[in-house]
Amino acid sequence: MSTPNGQAFTVKPETAQAIDEILGHYPVKEAALLPALHKVQDEIGWLPVAAMDWVADRLELPRVRVYGVASFYTMFRRQQPGRHRLEICTNLSCSLMGAEHLREYLCRKLGIQPGKTTADGRITLSEVECLGSCGTAPVMLVDDEFVENLDPQKVDKILADLEARDHG
Amino acid sequence: MAEKILTARFETPDSHLLNTYQADGGYTALKKALTMKPEEVIELVKASGLRGRGGAGFPAGLKWSFVPKEAEKPKYLCVNADEGEPGTFKDRYLMELDPHAVIEGSAIACYAFGAHIAYIYVRGEFKVPMERMEQALAEAREAGLVGKNILDSGFDFDMWVHPGAGAYVCGEETALIESNEGHRGMPRLKPPFPAVVGLFGGPTVVNNVETLAFVPHIMNQGAEWFAKLGPERNGGTKMYGVSGHVKKPGIYELPMGTSLKEIIYDVCGGIRGDHELKAVIPGGSSTPVLTPDEIDVAMDFDSLAKIGTMLGSGAIIVMDETTCMVRAITRLAKFYSHESCGQCTPCREGLAWIHQVLVRIEGGQGREGDIDLLLDICDNVQGNTICPLGDACAMPVRGFIKKFRPEFEEHIQKAGCPIGPFPAPWAGSAKG
Ligand SMILES: Cc1cc2nc3c(=O)[nH]c(=O)nc-3n(C[C@H](O)[C@H](O)[C@H](O)COP(=O)(O)O)c2cc1C
Ligand code: SF4
Ligand code: FES
Repeated sequence: MSTPNGQAFTVKPETAQAIDEILGHYPVKEAALLPALHKVQDEIGWLPVAAMDWVADRLELPRVRVYGVASFYTMFRRQQPGRHRLEICTNLSCSLMGAEHLREYLCRKLGIQPGKTTADGRITLSEVECLGSCGTAPVMLVDDEFVENLDPQKVDKILADLEARDHG
Repeated sequence: MAEKILTARFETPDSHLLNTYQADGGYTALKKALTMKPEEVIELVKASGLRGRGGAGFPAGLKWSFVPKEAEKPKYLCVNADEGEPGTFKDRYLMELDPHAVIEGSAIACYAFGAHIAYIYVRGEFKVPMERMEQALAEAREAGLVGKNILDSGFDFDMWVHPGAGAYVCGEETALIESNEGHRGMPRLKPPFPAVVGLFGGPTVVNNVETLAFVPHIMNQGAEWFAKLGPERNGGTKMYGVSGHVKKPGIYELPMGTSLKEIIYDVCGGIRGDHELKAVIPGGSSTPVLTPDEIDVAMDFDSLAKIGTMLGSGAIIVMDETTCMVRAITRLAKFYSHESCGQCTPCREGLAWIHQVLVRIEGGQGREGDIDLLLDICDNVQGNTICPLGDACAMPVRGFIKKFRPEFEEHIQKAGCPIGPFPAPWAGSAKG
């Protein structure tokens, strides 16, 4: 398997091993497709075509099957995101608690619209549907971690923390 | 405070670990079940009247009894932990704080209808609940509670976590099965029902996390005890999830049939900033909305059905007088339209159209006749789709129009929203 620039795509041995272990949970290999895509994405941050091809081969599936499945599910990222991902819920319970204002606030502070990445490639902002955390609204995922009971001060702190982590 | 069952251990330190679970009597129900005949376990759960907590309220014991005894293919249990209906956030806590209860309930269910493998389908964003489930399964496997010949009973039971990946429709039972098989989450036509042809072609039961978590308690304390916790035909307690404009949102386990008014004003401390109540969605975003004069209602399956709405997942969304009703339903329609899997034209096209018409009404471009147009589209969606997702959008749209039609009309007449965006709670008076 190779990427367009000729380098072979591969995952860390731990990831490959975890996927092989998961295959044992199912009577057919195909059923491990979602967990396998998650494992690869967790390692490299997104799912380039070469990564999907690697999974297809490992699970002995036609590549188009894997592309079709990956494109159905919103969590599978087929475009490379920024170094950090902010995913803010704006469904009803969160919006009742100010999520739409926070979305605008984030857009202003980052200078981008939802679905976009800052020019320096640091932060991708997206708007997502209910995260199953409505009692502690508004809620946002910061690199997959739940941050709850948001307000502008908390958003400032999140951005400052990411800044410190990257440049500190 | 009323008796707590599912949430009783939530305050216990390390409640998610096997040692604390066993110290609190965990896995004795499984032991007991394994000494009974499988049919007796089904009868007990049937007698308790336990109804599914995933939305439809279908009796769990009855569902298990539909699984044929003799089957060519292996049988499966799918535990539905997709938790995606807006307003719903209960199963997350069960998995995080009492994962062994979910495992024990699943093991008993499998024993009852003859399955040897359960998958718990957890929505992909729930990393911590998933880790907790995996950790608990590893502990249980180590202790001989999961795996071959559990508790030396001769019964094999295995259970695995299957992660979702961000598609609300996968909460629908046949889409969940497709997704568990590694496919796109496209709902299947029924019949055949999953109890006959389900996961990998074998007979399959799909049950919600909360439903299964009750099972050990029913084994231990009996069918009658459970039935008596709530009104007739609506036994047990319920984990109500309250969000929106109350002073104390959160999960509250209360007897089934607790009054909605009591939940809002006593349990949750009333409306933030002592505002006026305007509307309540009683059971998750797909259930028709209620007005303040309707909240003197018992929060159970039958009482809510009687007044034209549903208990659904027990997710109560509270809105005060600062809330524009058109804006609220527009946001929900956006969600349903986005989540349509696209295989039925009425759902794919109808929901997008509903959303588009609502956007223009809210934005001040509404036209004469738009409200009837919306009702017309709902007519064309309802009952004409493979799965209930189409209805799940049409029902609340109809409900909002029925209860708040003058507000829709005002938007059209004034060519704009008379109320404005949802206020930010931190911007002054709305802060509770
Ligand atoms: C669009 C849609 C989404 C659903 N989402 C969920 C869900 O997230 N969790 C759940 O338990 N049931 C969900 N359901 C209901 C399931 O189809 C199924 O009825 C339920 O899991 C059965 O479990 P129970 O009998 O224990 O309630 C959904 C149904 C539909 C139509
Ligand atoms: S009703 Fe909608 S979500 Fe359900 S199967 Fe049809 S198109 Fe898909
Ligand atoms: S509406 Fe935002 S988490 Fe549910």
